[in-house]
Amino acid sequence: MDRMIYLSMAGAKAAMQRQDVLSHNLANVTTNGFRAELQAFRAVPVRGDGASTRAFSLETTIGYNDAPGALTPTGRNLDVAMQGNAWLAVQSNDGTEAYTRAGSLDVNAEGLLVMRNGMPVLGDGGPINIPQNSEVAIGSDGTISAKQPNQKPTTVGRLKLVTPETTAQLTRGDDGLFRAADGDLPADQTARLQDGALEGSNVSPVETMVAMIAAGRQFEQQMKLLQLAQTQGQQSAKLLGST
Amino acid sequence: MMRSLWIAKTGMEAQQTQLDNISHNLANVATNGYKRSHAVFEDLIYQNLRQAGANSTEQTTLPTGLQVGLGVRPVATARIYTQGNLQQTSNNLDLAIKGDGFFQIQMPDGTTAYTRDGSFQLNANGQMVTSNGYTVLPGITIPQNAQSLTIGNDGTVSVTLPGQAAVQTVGQIQLANFVNPAGLDPKGQNLFAETASSGTPNTGAPNNNGMGALQQGFVETSNVNVVEELVQMIQTQRAYELNSKAVQTSDQMLQKLAQI
Repeated sequence: MDRMIYLSMAGAKAAMQRQDVLSHNLANVTTNGFRAELQAFRAVPVRGDGASTRAFSLETTIGYNDAPGALTPTGRNLDVAMQGNAWLAVQSNDGTEAYTRAGSLDVNAEGLLVMRNGMPVLGDGGPINIPQNSEVAIGSDGTISAKQPNQKPTTVGRLKLVTPETTAQLTRGDDGLFRAADGDLPADQTARLQDGALEGSNVSPVETMVAMIAAGRQFEQQMKLLQLAQTQGQQSAKLLGST
Repeated sequence: MMRSLWIAKTGMEAQQTQLDNISHNLANVATNGYKRSHAVFEDLIYQNLRQAGANSTEQTTLPTGLQVGLGVRPVATARIYTQGNLQQTSNNLDLAIKGDGFFQIQMPDGTTAYTRDGSFQLNANGQMVTSNGYTVLPGITIPQNAQSLTIGNDGTVSVTLPGQAAVQTVGQIQLANFVNPAGLDPKGQNLFAETASSGTPNTGAPNNNGMGALQQGFVETSNVNVVEELVQMIQTQRAYELNSKAVQTSDQMLQKLAQI
């Protein structure tokens, strides 16, 4: 009986954690460049004498969904959407190189090209400086040209775009940025982007809602099993008590 | 008690912020020189409840971890400085900027504010002022007996006086431009103020050195695109609904838990 209670407790806990992950995906259904977190239950069998029937379940996040999100044209010159599986390199707060798909860029007071949250975007040779009072255009290969008044446009740098290999996904850090498992990736000269557009989130509301219903029902079933364990316990206590 | 309740709450709150922005844009659909803005979101930090690659036993490691993100937050309101339409008013004190730049306005507290709204008036002293009565910089006074007023696209203000054949130049309008106009602080009354992130203003005559040209007798309308706002509103409403469903499901789970 005890085993049953703990097994269903583990199941309920896993369903609850799945709900957390699903809620996070749903909360980011309109976040630019967001990648949906994938989840899977994992069986953890208990080994030992007489324990062969017991397998606890654990909730795990196995990576991110790398399907592209929908493109929204914005017409803004500093909005870029990466094509295919290309990622934009940025300098994270701890100074390391990280990757993102959120291509809504800005120029800060020092003239650096930054992300919306202020992290500098990396070019082939570090952060990119935009000359004062210039009009910026980003080409499809990431080349940034700045046109100062009454002058010809000059190239001021090139966005560092990387393409991770399909077999080695990036991993998501605690700050929501992605990093490669073994060091910085080399710039991919063939990666392309679309300027004047932003990539939306790749969370599928349908899939997430259905998964949410399923997790809710699964939780309910675990609750039923807990109740069953309770009544069984009461019954056996009654039998033992009457003798 | 349950993370998903609070995570879904962040989602609802974010969509609410977006709706606030949309409402503000729609309310200003007919405001001269208004620039539309939208909320931009980013995902919150992630908690690693179980680290992938951690040892499960001495010889084995966990193939996958459990990472739970804590929701979403609005990170910025992005103002979009695209050109609004030019609307003809035939009022010879109305000015529209075609291209980059802002009019400079002297505030009552001595600071300078910036605006794209060029519907100017004359005050009792013949000075060019905004609809709120703030002086346009550099101060331009139109003689009381001026018969016609012309403002060239380079900002030269000239008048003809009775009995004089030659036109007389009475002033020169200067525009200001910023490295990062998106960093300007909106003050209301169609005015913007300089911030550390906008950088310091570069001033200059219109139609020169990258500044936009002036167009007399026109005003720049709001750059709000009603269709875009409505589509955005539909998306915001549905996303809000989905997040409220997540709250509901979490609530039902807790209810089941309380019933055992």
